[in-house]
Amino acid sequence: MATTVHEPPRIDPERLPEKTHSGNGGGGNFIPADDDLHVTEDYSPPPSSTAIWVVLFAVTMMFAAFTSALVVRKGSSQDWQSFTLPPILYLNTLILLLSSVTLEVARRRVSAFMRGVTSRAEHPARWLYITLFLGLLFVSGQYVAWTQLRAQGLYLATNPSSSFFYVLTVTHAVHVVGGLGGLLYVIRKLSNSSLRRNALVATARYWHFMGGLWVYLILLLWFKV
Amino acid sequence: MHDISAPAVHHHAPPTSFIRKHVFSLDHKVIGKQYYALALVAALCGMVLSWMMRIHLAWTNAAIPGLQLLSPNGAPGGVMTPEYYLQLMTMHGTIMVFFVLTTAPFAAFGNFFLPIQVGAEDMPFPRFNMMSFWVTFTAFVVLMASFFVSDGPTLGGWTQYAPLNAVGAVGGPGQAMGVILWMTSIALFCIGQLLGSLNFITTTLDLRVKGMSLMRLPLSAWAWFITSCMGLTAFSVLMPACILVILDHVAGTSFFVPSGLVMNDQLLPHSGGSTLLWQHLFWFFGHPEVYIAIVPGIGIVSHILITNMRRPMLSQRVLIYSMGALAILSYMVYGHHMFVSGMNPISSLAFSFPTLVITIPATIIVLIQVFSLYGSNLRINSASLFALGFISMFVSGGVSGFFLAQPSIDIMLHGTYFVVGHFHMVMGVAAMFGIFAGTYFWFPKMAGRMMNETLGKIHFWLSFVGAYCIFMPFHYLGMAGNVRRYSTFVDDYLQPLIPVHRWITVAALITGAAQLVFVYNLIHSRFWGKPAPDNPWEGTSLEWSTATPPPFDNFGGKHPVVYHDPFQYGVKSSAGDYVMQTSPEQVATEHEEK
Repeated sequence: MATTVHEPPRIDPERLPEKTHSGNGGGGNFIPADDDLHVTEDYSPPPSSTAIWVVLFAVTMMFAAFTSALVVRKGSSQDWQSFTLPPILYLNTLILLLSSVTLEVARRRVSAFMRGVTSRAEHPARWLYITLFLGLLFVSGQYVAWTQLRAQGLYLATNPSSSFFYVLTVTHAVHVVGGLGGLLYVIRKLSNSSLRRNALVATARYWHFMGGLWVYLILLLWFKV
Repeated sequence: MHDISAPAVHHHAPPTSFIRKHVFSLDHKVIGKQYYALALVAALCGMVLSWMMRIHLAWTNAAIPGLQLLSPNGAPGGVMTPEYYLQLMTMHGTIMVFFVLTTAPFAAFGNFFLPIQVGAEDMPFPRFNMMSFWVTFTAFVVLMASFFVSDGPTLGGWTQYAPLNAVGAVGGPGQAMGVILWMTSIALFCIGQLLGSLNFITTTLDLRVKGMSLMRLPLSAWAWFITSCMGLTAFSVLMPACILVILDHVAGTSFFVPSGLVMNDQLLPHSGGSTLLWQHLFWFFGHPEVYIAIVPGIGIVSHILITNMRRPMLSQRVLIYSMGALAILSYMVYGHHMFVSGMNPISSLAFSFPTLVITIPATIIVLIQVFSLYGSNLRINSASLFALGFISMFVSGGVSGFFLAQPSIDIMLHGTYFVVGHFHMVMGVAAMFGIFAGTYFWFPKMAGRMMNETLGKIHFWLSFVGAYCIFMPFHYLGMAGNVRRYSTFVDDYLQPLIPVHRWITVAALITGAAQLVFVYNLIHSRFWGKPAPDNPWEGTSLEWSTATPPPFDNFGGKHPVVYHDPFQYGVKSSAGDYVMQTSPEQVATEHEEK
């Protein structure tokens, strides 16, 4: 025979409920929420921190599916025709990677401000705007790449290679646009002084992931398309 | 700048308008009820479709009153054409698998009870949660809309195999717009479930109250968590597959249609697509989907049995690990659905082995449940009866899985009713029994009123006996060589089997009608049932700690503190033979989880 009661978490004794209610075996043994929210906060990470990893996992699985489809499709028939990637894609790659750098600068400046290292934010918004601009430039550059391919007569249905090129790049661009939405949210929150660190960190992680994903995609396209 | 590092704690004010309260609600409890209502409507639609199919199979030339109104071309004079039979079969499977078996045990009960069981006031992302339901609802509307396009819904089956799914109108009725609507619906459904999974995972990991360690989560919460992880992986793959099919239709790409394909005397303009590619992408989702449907049921019935046995399972920890093993292995076995696709025999062996291995955790789960029941003084009520029925169906359907796991036998049985009987019992009826068990068990907390127990028991016995009368003969039909997906049986060797089909049809009609007892009980109890106390079953998990029905923020502006493992029964406490998770009372028991 052994006791099942594990050592309960450390709780301020004054906050413990009075043992007045035992009629339903413990129902009602609660502590007030209003001034004690840290009970849950101390115990677990903020949901946005976990959520962004969940989102990134789903995006990874989606592109893994597209990748496996590309590999199987290319290997299953003789109609695959390779083509040269538009050179602007390499410039776009540099732009997206540079935007990750600028976002990281912004994130560190905001973090420093939060920790009280600096007395003012040292214009983190400026760096966020630069990131936003570079993100828009990347999406515009992708559009230019699509028009260049179109000018060469390579449309979505021309060949499986061009099909996968458009599917992968458009899907990635849609996700980048989602990241731009996240940046706008962060900028708006920063401008009205209600930005939470977790929101910025989650946005930054997503954005960096988009950069890494694009490097993977361009390598995949370079080798396979 | 102020409060820049304020932690993210979700709070949203109680709604005041009708729309915000009951339609576009952010409250996880309302969203859970909405999912349940959607699943109920979908189940009734799916059941009516199965009735029509069964009548046609038993009495081929019988006119079904009103069917010609649904489709004058598909059922002229009320007698369905072979193509329309396949269209109804496709819709039956799709509705049941996606909008009932996935929606009710996972999204409906999980939404309502997961936050409460972890002690949270809501999901962390309530707007995503609301979107999750409405996107799923839209997916259902899009799917049902295919009944009303010119040539009706797709006829390709719920698996939508290529190249039939991508060839367009030349493939038959419903293969143009019907397929596009099907793919759009399922892609939307995937988005809805991904949003739901996001909330389920973050709720479980991040919103547990003080003292609620992972191992103190009830088995139902564990099942929803594991299912959400499976859903995250599976639906992320199905959605891009659906997008590629849509592109084959509307953009002229050739992902799935091979070159030189002639269909109905027409050479199709596609080139080089891979038909097997679709099977790989689909079954990477499709087999885990089986477990997405059944794992919540395992958690729910375990939770219910423990409460009614008044003692914990032999090992909660092993049960959790076994559910996790099912989830992981479910991704390694999907190739067993493709044994007849012409795959390399070595590949067949590679998929056959994990298929047999996955029976180990499934068997462990059943054995733990059965041996825990042994010698217990089980409280017999509707919920516990359906929980027992779940085990019975899971075992009966699971046993036939041993046969199908072996490629040499599967090749013979794959296209027969044996497979239909297998998956209906192990995945369909078992999961439905899990849904019924959960409904009888949690209805008092959800609606604030008790369901009628007498009607519940009548419902159970009619359903239990009826399900066996319907689905056990399917195995016999399959072994006799009765092919599936045929709308009529005119071959000499099939005609002697028609009496069996008639028996099944009569059983299906009676069993289906018995579900009306449940619907009546549900609706009547909702409005006129006996008011439910806070803890009618003397349960221990957190949902029984709060008021019935729970307040808007679940615990009346307070956070519970957890002191115990989830199922402390068979103890001597001030409450009786149990101690709730929130009780600081120290008790002694023999049931300690090491």
